[in-house]
Amino acid sequence: MIVQAFCFYLFAFITIASGVMVISARNPVHSVLFLILAFFNSAGLFVLLGAEFLAMILVIVYVGAVAVLFLFVVMMLDINFVELREGFLQYMPLGATIGIILLIELLAVLGAWSLSPAGDTISAAPIAADQENTRLLGGVLYTRYIYLFQAAGMILLVAMIGAIVLTHRVREGVRKQKIADQVHRRRDEAVALVKVKSGQGL
Amino acid sequence: MAEFSWTLLWFDYLWPLIILLLLVLAIVVPLLVAVAMFTWFERKVMAAMHLRMGPNVVGPFGLLQAFADGLKLFVKETIVPSGANKVVFIIAPMITFTLALVAWAVIPFDEGVVLSNINVGVLYLFAVSSLGVYGIVMSGWASNSRYAFLGAMRSAAQMVSYEVSIGFILVTVLLIVGSLNLSDIVEAQRNVWFVIPLFPMAVIFFISALAETNRHPFDLPEAEAELVAGYQVEYSSMTFALLFLGENANIILMSAMTAVLFLGGWLPPIDIAPFNWIPGWIWFFGKILILLYFFVWVRATFPRYRYDQLMRLGWKVFLPLSLFGVALTAGVLVAFDLVPQAG
Repeated sequence: MIVQAFCFYLFAFITIASGVMVISARNPVHSVLFLILAFFNSAGLFVLLGAEFLAMILVIVYVGAVAVLFLFVVMMLDINFVELREGFLQYMPLGATIGIILLIELLAVLGAWSLSPAGDTISAAPIAADQENTRLLGGVLYTRYIYLFQAAGMILLVAMIGAIVLTHRVREGVRKQKIADQVHRRRDEAVALVKVKSGQGL
Repeated sequence: MAEFSWTLLWFDYLWPLIILLLLVLAIVVPLLVAVAMFTWFERKVMAAMHLRMGPNVVGPFGLLQAFADGLKLFVKETIVPSGANKVVFIIAPMITFTLALVAWAVIPFDEGVVLSNINVGVLYLFAVSSLGVYGIVMSGWASNSRYAFLGAMRSAAQMVSYEVSIGFILVTVLLIVGSLNLSDIVEAQRNVWFVIPLFPMAVIFFISALAETNRHPFDLPEAEAELVAGYQVEYSSMTFALLFLGENANIILMSAMTAVLFLGGWLPPIDIAPFNWIPGWIWFFGKILILLYFFVWVRATFPRYRYDQLMRLGWKVFLPLSLFGVALTAGVLVAFDLVPQAG
């Protein structure tokens, strides 16, 4: 038990510390790197909970894909750090207000939170060791919550199509490689044999 | 709180820890030797394909060449560029190297011979291989050099693109096996290796593995002709050695992954007399060796892709094909009532 407790406090401490560093680091790239560290340690916490499927999905989706693109964009931005600092005091009241409102809302939600009586019995009975939580999750997602699951998928699909439509533009004068055209090109379309008499040229 | 006792501390915590460390060393040390020998193997095979001699001075057949190179890198000076972001610059090679090693925890070498037989083995491998991009992106960015940065950007886009099709190919395998455990996946291939029913998927997986490990013909992140050496241009001495070792360990890892997913891991091709006399781990290493030969063979044969062609191949060819593969496999399994039942 000591090992689990030690791991929990280690992961939890690093998660919170890197969360603080995300908002306080001067360099935005460092912020993203700390964000990745926070994701990673949250995955460690999931493993401690016995939710290894969620842990792996968190690493694959958030760390392996989302954060890469995030880092990609942040690294390419041409940010002037001095200019970034200048607006700090100006935006500070607005940011602080939003932060306080969110904090109050969170406290309100957590304060009114009560587990249902059925939930109490579940929390006392963790998943049996011989059950794979991948299979259990699949069993719940594809039976009980199938419509919600599909709806979530559709919403994501629509969002993706929307992003593509918004950013897609057809520019004039861009020559793209057309593989099919290249493959279908015949010899007589491309080459003309000409007999040139010496001294005359074409 | 129980009374503190030394015997408890020793038998419950320290002894298992020592055993675990020894097991880890038993995997990591041979792996590092294998990585060193892979560089020798690669140079020798390339030389044979080019009708050259290859390394032949240090040791018999040049076998010790890799260790000589390692020693040379070890005694050189580590140079950190003055414009570099020092912490990230130093951490990046460590991340590459560590990630290349931790993935081996779940690889089954033989029946029951695996450090950690976790239920989500495939996802773990996929997660670790998708993290590999960070070492490259961080090293490219921290170097504060245009060449390194361009290499890192190319690499990030490339690895993310090919991961998508690798993910779908993993799904086809999982559909047939009905488990995410790597040992279960190998056991499911006792009658027929998945390379036969899933041949197109295996080919796409191998090509995606080439792109994922930044190998020829997809080695644009370090294209010498355009980018000098891409993201590793500013690295020297041990920091370079770590990047290099990590990359090569990743190549061996991808070969092991292909062997486990498609070539039946430790299983012999047919379960009859002369074949099943040979122990499983020899089959497994033999398969890895053949796949490594493929990696080198491809490098000696194909010219480098252009970047837009690389992206086209990933998104417009492999992604639809692997998506179609998932639909087809699922359809066939349902139609012939072959869906694996919950065990």
